[in-house]
Amino acid sequence: MSVSLFTVRRFLIIFSIAWVVLMADHAILLWSLDWPVELAVIDSLISNILLLLICLLVMNTVRYYVPEFTQYLNILCMCVVLTILWLLLSKWLLGLALNSYEGYAIFLRRSLMVRSSIAFLILGIVTMIGIIWFNWQDQKRSEERKSDAEKLARDAELFKLRQQLQPHFLFNSLNSINALIGSRPEEARKMVQQLSDFLRGTIKKEETQWVSLQEEIQYLELYLEIEKVRFGNRLTPIVTIDPLSLSRKLPALLLQPLVENAIKFGLYDTIGETVIRISTVAKENELEVIVSNPFDPETSSPRQGTGFGLKSVQRRLYLLFDRNDLVITEAKDNIFTTRVTIPQLSEA
Amino acid sequence: MSKVIIIDDEPLARSIVKEYLQKHPELELITECGDGFEGVKAIQQHQPDLIFLDIQMPKINGFEMLELIEQPPNVIFTTAFDEYAIKAFEAHAIDYLLKPFNQERFDKAVAKWMEQQQNNANTSAKTEELLDTASQSPSQSNRVVVKNGSKIKIIPVHDIFYLEAADDYVKIHTQEGYFLKNKTMSHFEQVLDAQQFVRSHRSYIVNVQQITRIDPYEKDNHVAILRSGLKVPVSRGGYGKLKAVLGL
Repeated sequence: MSVSLFTVRRFLIIFSIAWVVLMADHAILLWSLDWPVELAVIDSLISNILLLLICLLVMNTVRYYVPEFTQYLNILCMCVVLTILWLLLSKWLLGLALNSYEGYAIFLRRSLMVRSSIAFLILGIVTMIGIIWFNWQDQKRSEERKSDAEKLARDAELFKLRQQLQPHFLFNSLNSINALIGSRPEEARKMVQQLSDFLRGTIKKEETQWVSLQEEIQYLELYLEIEKVRFGNRLTPIVTIDPLSLSRKLPALLLQPLVENAIKFGLYDTIGETVIRISTVAKENELEVIVSNPFDPETSSPRQGTGFGLKSVQRRLYLLFDRNDLVITEAKDNIFTTRVTIPQLSEA
Repeated sequence: MSKVIIIDDEPLARSIVKEYLQKHPELELITECGDGFEGVKAIQQHQPDLIFLDIQMPKINGFEMLELIEQPPNVIFTTAFDEYAIKAFEAHAIDYLLKPFNQERFDKAVAKWMEQQQNNANTSAKTEELLDTASQSPSQSNRVVVKNGSKIKIIPVHDIFYLEAADDYVKIHTQEGYFLKNKTMSHFEQVLDAQQFVRSHRSYIVNVQQITRIDPYEKDNHVAILRSGLKVPVSRGGYGKLKAVLGL
């Protein structure tokens, strides 16, 4: 939501001064027409405070609903209706307060046309200022989002590079292969193949590309196979796929960082067998992916779970859908669960 | 005959060291461990002459494990860590093997160790120096590992109320009472985040996030009242430091 214009200090000052000038002007005008001072002041106060209230109402309305510049007619109608409303109200109030002065009732009736023109003008100006301000804010926000997106695309690029080369993962895998070559050469060969396919997958895919869940799961399986060889019996991934979800789409390379996060968090925070559960659910217009890992609440704050991997997933989804509620984490009963919702684009 | 222990969480990484060890009949492999806890136990039980140690391991890492042992044995690191991290402790380690490594490189490390064994009877001082260097890396500072009897306790730093000097030890006060660690106050001053932990007094380091208020106390002195109701002395110099960190 946009920031109210009244939080801008300079505007608040100018706005207040303008209103004081308007009120003083109004009173001086009446006084120069030979009306008593108290009448002039009361008339000015009643009409202008009413007008101020209506202006504030308009400012607040455009904050939530910003009309386009092209909707001139709507804006015009709104101003006309509000001016008439103001006119009726101020006429009634002024009559109540000042009809005891001789000749005022006639003067009021005669001056209604002038009063309403000025009010209409002021209301129009205030409305325009409000619309311009909020339009500008919207534009600024979308520009910010755009430049954020561009920056993130660069970061993702870097992250991807790091992912590809991921020193730890790569060197440890090579070390495992080295060990297998001596004892079990067949398995070493298999692992070389898996590692190559995995790395190729990372290089080939574009971060912006959408792929089917089936494709993403195949890629994930490669990664899990390698990690299983590395960690032996300690790592037990359990993958449960809702068959309906296989054709659902998601941004490429989204799942692997999630699972990697869970494996790191799970394996390095607990001792013994680590069960990583990965499941997918096809919901109406949504794909849900749930990844869970064990953790030790005594030694780790749940904050640790939101590592770089999770954050990048969250940012990517935010940039794609402008929603912050797509990644939900929960720590309960020594299990850390990450729930990711991927809205399905209707045209896809 | 020298006693050797391998500590690494990846079974294949242990098996490659085991394979390379076969060329060295003078080294006897006593046992192998999959994590730091097993490692501490095995080292205390067998008093090995040399250990091959991985750094990234479950629960406690290789450095933290070494900190828990009173007289650490000689260490050859086997790790996939990048060179930046390696450089920090390069000067003090017997050797480090960057995974993956071959038999030749392994033999070299063993030879280096043997040479040092002959030249210098007391090499364990080196391991302690190494630890001092290694534990200053920032990644180490978000928790403190202590030994509580036979149990190993991992204390996240935000759970620490304050630290108190006690002879050769430092008392780490937490919700569950205090734990002793054989380190100096200045060590903790260096390792812990200076924005969170302030040396309020010659013998005290306080966690500023635990402070609820600071009251004057006698002449020139103050006392910090913690959320738990505990009181920590604040000297004149310490008061200045606290004010700076709290932005007063």
